[in-house]
Amino acid sequence: MSRPRHRMFSLGRIAAIAANAFTELTRLKTFYVLLVFALLLIGNSIFMAQLTFQEEFQVLKDIALGAMSIFTSLLAIVATARLIPQDTEDRTLYTILAKPVARFEYLLGKLAGVLLLLAISVIIMSALFFVVLKVREQTVLSETMRQMQASSPDQMAEALSAVRASAFDVNLFPGIAIIYVKACLLAALTLFISTFATSTIFTTVLMVFVYFIGHLQSTARAHWLQANGAGWITKLFLAFVALFFPDLQLFNLVDDIVAGNAIPHALFIKTATLGFFYTGFYLLLAWSVFYRKEL
Amino acid sequence: MRIVVVILGLALFGAAKLPAEHALSRAHRQLHFRAVDFDLAMREQIGQLGFVAGLSGFRSLVADVLFVQAHVAWERTEWGRVLLLFRQVTTLQPRSLLFWDMAAWHMAWNASAAAIRDSTQPRLALRIKAQREYFQLGKDFLERGIKNNPDRPQLYEALARLYRDKYNDHEHAAEFFEKAAALPGAPRYEKRFAAYELSHCEGRESEAYERLHALYASSESERLPTLIHRLKDLETQLDIPLAQRIPDPVP
Repeated sequence: MSRPRHRMFSLGRIAAIAANAFTELTRLKTFYVLLVFALLLIGNSIFMAQLTFQEEFQVLKDIALGAMSIFTSLLAIVATARLIPQDTEDRTLYTILAKPVARFEYLLGKLAGVLLLLAISVIIMSALFFVVLKVREQTVLSETMRQMQASSPDQMAEALSAVRASAFDVNLFPGIAIIYVKACLLAALTLFISTFATSTIFTTVLMVFVYFIGHLQSTARAHWLQANGAGWITKLFLAFVALFFPDLQLFNLVDDIVAGNAIPHALFIKTATLGFFYTGFYLLLAWSVFYRKEL
Repeated sequence: MRIVVVILGLALFGAAKLPAEHALSRAHRQLHFRAVDFDLAMREQIGQLGFVAGLSGFRSLVADVLFVQAHVAWERTEWGRVLLLFRQVTTLQPRSLLFWDMAAWHMAWNASAAAIRDSTQPRLALRIKAQREYFQLGKDFLERGIKNNPDRPQLYEALARLYRDKYNDHEHAAEFFEKAAALPGAPRYEKRFAAYELSHCEGRESEAYERLHALYASSESERLPTLIHRLKDLETQLDIPLAQRIPDPVP
């Protein structure tokens, strides 16, 4: 009987590592945060009921998408930062790598576990958000119908369509998708840093700085280049920052979506592609460091 | 050696991604996204925490918090605070029409009404002056809002209403209703409103009559009481021959 040939790259092994990473992360009760998200949404919708329906829906969308963005970014950083150090501490890493598992498979599996966790979190949060939005929309619609009983059918239809237009916007979907893409990028970058970092805290703190630099760099660049006439030292510094840090403002489309702007398909696709390129590249970098790392 | 390779890889990838990032930034600017000036004036306005939050991708959240504060200030009729907060809100979220519209409404309608009824100011001239200043503040908000959102009709309409209701300036009101009507997504009534306003402008009655008549002829649904009323008035004013007058009775 011949033994099955060992393959250099196996999706089965990656799936097993991903499933294991996902299970570990769920055991950390990360999903409890979703309860806080639900409370935030419901509390917000009750409080905002005193505003006009346009104001209420805008604030509800802002808070939901803002909370989604904060939560997924934090989860991506904190969850990924602990993966390799934890496995090293538990000695699981040695057990896995002692088997015929390539280091790239190990890293890809770990990252896939985090991305799965992020995807499930984003789906649950989006579902909660849309349920709350729908409930509030129905409440406002029935209030409007009651208030406009004496109006003509045309006026009633116009008022109801204004309520519907303020509540649900199809552009929310690309906005949420880009929040996920940004979280994937952050997770991959965190994985890369954790391959050479000495501790989880170091990785997390460094990533918080990267997060701020990534968001600030485009504003700072525009300001410095305009205001100061920019000498060569400034330009060199700006080029250095632009080369080594991702421009995270490019992934911040929700501010404009909530303001009622449409996101063109081309822009969405380009942004998502850039995000996945970043994710893939940081994974490759992580592998290049981890490949010959002394364990 | 490996560190050198990694740093080199990062730099090469950075050089490759820069054109893509520039193209995306350009697309954002074309769509008027991120039209926010984060400078020292803004830093002073929204405080350090708000400034950092605004810069870190939570601009609209900060704007909402300030908007709720403005709402509370309005309930307390603290007009100075309402103005200050709305300036911050609109600076942070310049693409939100709602904020510009609300800011202008608070200034030109609510604050101006409070100013003219201000019992602590015995001199009428000063009350009128304050009222006019609030009209102007409302107008400023709408003009800046239009600059930031030139492609959307709502603020043009709001400015037209302000000219009509607060300044009694039908010429400008007609102009801005007309501009709103020309933009995609504008409601059908904008064209009608522009013609109504034109009909009140001295010397432009014939033009107004032609426009109103064209609307009247375009569809049954346009033959609303106000339109018929204005047409009847203009027929008398312009001495239109009886045979050419519309058959409808005066509503």
